[in-house]
Amino acid sequence: MSKGLYSTSKKDFDRSLDLKKLKPYGDTMNDGKVQLSFTLPVPDSEQAVEAARLLALRMGLSEPLVAHHQALDRDFTFFVVYGGLTHTVDFTQIHVDAVDVQVMSMAETDEFIRRYFGRKLRVLGASTGTDAHTVGIDAIMNMKGYAGHYGLERYKMIEALNLGSQVSNEDFIRKAVEFDADVLLVSQTVTQKNIHIENLTELVELLEAEGLRQRFLLLIGGPRISHELAKEIGADAGFGPGKFADDVASFICEELAKRQELHQ
Amino acid sequence: MAEIRLDWEEVAAAREAARQIAEDTHDYLERFTTLTVERAVCRLLGIDGVDDAGVPLPNVVVDHLNDKGVLNQGASHWIGQGALALGKKPQELAEAIAKGSLDLSRVEVQNPYEVQIWAEKRAQETLERIRSNRLTREAKLQEFGDHAGPLIYVIVATGNIYEDITQAKAAAKQGAHIIAVIRTTGQSLLDYVPYGATTEGFGGTVATQENFRLMREALDESGEELGRYIRLCNYCSGLCMPEIAVMGAFERLDVMLNDALYGILFRDINMQRTLIDQSFSRMINGAAGVIINTGEDNYLTTSDAFDEAHTVLASQFINEQFALKAGMPEEQMGLGHAYEMDPALKNSFLFELAQAQMARQIFPKAPLKYMPPTKFMTGNIFKGHVQDALFNMVTVVTHQRIQLLGMLTEAIHTPFMADRALAIENARYIATAMADLGDEIEFKDGGLIEQRARNVLSQALDLLQGIRRDGLFQTLEEGKFAGIKRSMEGGKGLSGVIEKANNYTNPFIPLLLKEQADWAELKAAQSRPGGQK
Repeated sequence: MSKGLYSTSKKDFDRSLDLKKLKPYGDTMNDGKVQLSFTLPVPDSEQAVEAARLLALRMGLSEPLVAHHQALDRDFTFFVVYGGLTHTVDFTQIHVDAVDVQVMSMAETDEFIRRYFGRKLRVLGASTGTDAHTVGIDAIMNMKGYAGHYGLERYKMIEALNLGSQVSNEDFIRKAVEFDADVLLVSQTVTQKNIHIENLTELVELLEAEGLRQRFLLLIGGPRISHELAKEIGADAGFGPGKFADDVASFICEELAKRQELHQ
Repeated sequence: MAEIRLDWEEVAAAREAARQIAEDTHDYLERFTTLTVERAVCRLLGIDGVDDAGVPLPNVVVDHLNDKGVLNQGASHWIGQGALALGKKPQELAEAIAKGSLDLSRVEVQNPYEVQIWAEKRAQETLERIRSNRLTREAKLQEFGDHAGPLIYVIVATGNIYEDITQAKAAAKQGAHIIAVIRTTGQSLLDYVPYGATTEGFGGTVATQENFRLMREALDESGEELGRYIRLCNYCSGLCMPEIAVMGAFERLDVMLNDALYGILFRDINMQRTLIDQSFSRMINGAAGVIINTGEDNYLTTSDAFDEAHTVLASQFINEQFALKAGMPEEQMGLGHAYEMDPALKNSFLFELAQAQMARQIFPKAPLKYMPPTKFMTGNIFKGHVQDALFNMVTVVTHQRIQLLGMLTEAIHTPFMADRALAIENARYIATAMADLGDEIEFKDGGLIEQRARNVLSQALDLLQGIRRDGLFQTLEEGKFAGIKRSMEGGKGLSGVIEKANNYTNPFIPLLLKEQADWAELKAAQSRPGGQK
């Protein structure tokens, strides 16, 4: 039986929540418990287990427990490790640049567009560059949507056109002008070697070079996209995992309304 | 095996509709060849390598003939003419063209009959090489014995062939039966096949003949150590389908993704181009004993798996008929489908079971390829592992043959070595624990599972009859598969479609068909009582 079961380790720490010293919660406030797994490129052995334990200590885990070790090949060993994190963060000092918007339902969005713009908003989407994955753009745009959130195609006041995958940045921009888009949605799924950043940067540069950057609201999305990253690249907003069509549509409404007011 | 009571008249009607669809399409497209078909002919005649600028010699030769406006007679005609007139090998001719010192369209005209004899002789030699690879595979499977249940299929995708080999060997040791090397993103749209060993790729590794050879060698080594034959899989899709089939036949790949419609729908490759290319590539895969994997699973990543299940079945019927047209036996048709229903859907497991069981019964000899959940994998690895377990259960219970393992980290990153190990452990546990469950259960007469399968079959039949009426091209234009619309003249690669001249020749087409028929006869003779094993 591993020593992790029915642990007798001391629990004489302060058990009150202190947001200035936030740490993970296992089953007791401030126990700091985390689980992690990793592979080491060495044979499964006593030394390997000790190496895993020492690495956990270096990560700031107290009393690390190597709960599982298993050879993946002669020279590779897999570990599951538990421990108590000694580090803390000050939650009260955290500032995140997030898309801050009141999320509306589909009906509310349609009503908002009808009232505020009095015409359909045109949204052009694609998975650009060599990226062959459409799952992200489809989740936001397709009629059916994703996880119970209908896609933009279903919105009565949105004219949504999904170009699919592997659309070059040049073609995308040409189509955007042709379609007279209000909003450009770009999805990037493949992120190996940061290809998504290169590709998005190129898109922004091309738009700027053609003097079109301000003409469109540019929104980007994907598993490794954050709002912060989007702003850094020069897009107007970024949508990462867990964001749906309603988040995107609500942001579009709010942002375009804001821009319209500025112009008046 | 437990069976769903299906309406077999509907199955027969669906199959007949698909047969007519494939025949009509095939008849129309027989008038054309393509750049990659002719490059494949060059490769089959022994042309390989690149010129000083890195352009593959098959491209050099075919572009040369196309520029001269004579490609419509077939590359083999001109290569044969050049070989006879100049007494040179095809490779030497290609090198001379690359140097600019030879105009192949202007060599002394030879007796067409002599040219034909020359080409057939070379083609025969190539087919012997392909058969020898096939016999090697057979011998190894005989020696080690083949795995009886679902074949565990995992991917490697590091971008670096040498790193892929490390990962693949580890996966083989952990219990994988098939290693697929995912291609680098975007390769499907290249109108040439890169050359040599490669160490850079995005989301996968470049498919080159040298990379095929390196991985084959590594897996043979692993196989010897483990006393198993490890199958190798790659992607015979995109703008170079037949060329990749040739490379696979030469390097003894065992499994190839090779769909009749996939490139059209998901890579926006021109439909005429893909349908011509898939035909020749399947003849090559067929003769090489390669199991093809079709890509119906992809429909469900864009369309809803519950609502659009019948499009998967309809496409399986169509893929089956196109494969038969290319001479391929059912035993090599790894028709695809996937476990992609929304986990929030009540009874989704039952509906998945119905679909998988129905496919098993309708295509009894096909080594069905079953794909794991991807669309509803969220990054919650703990739930993901359970989703994969449900998929593994359906695989085992319904006797799927090729089990593409789901990874708990799907939607996060290309698999870590440990992810693959956990996936294999999951699959093996379920394969062992539920080994004979499929033979123990019965489906309730008229129950949810049976009703579901019957409905999907009826809808597929309707769809197929509609396609037969409207034609495949119009159906694709209307977006009836995966909700994606493609036009007859749209998409990439149309300029590479060339109308054949009356005197067009391709010696490989009859020989590849004959090779497949001969092999089938050989197998039939072996399986007769008293036949040689």
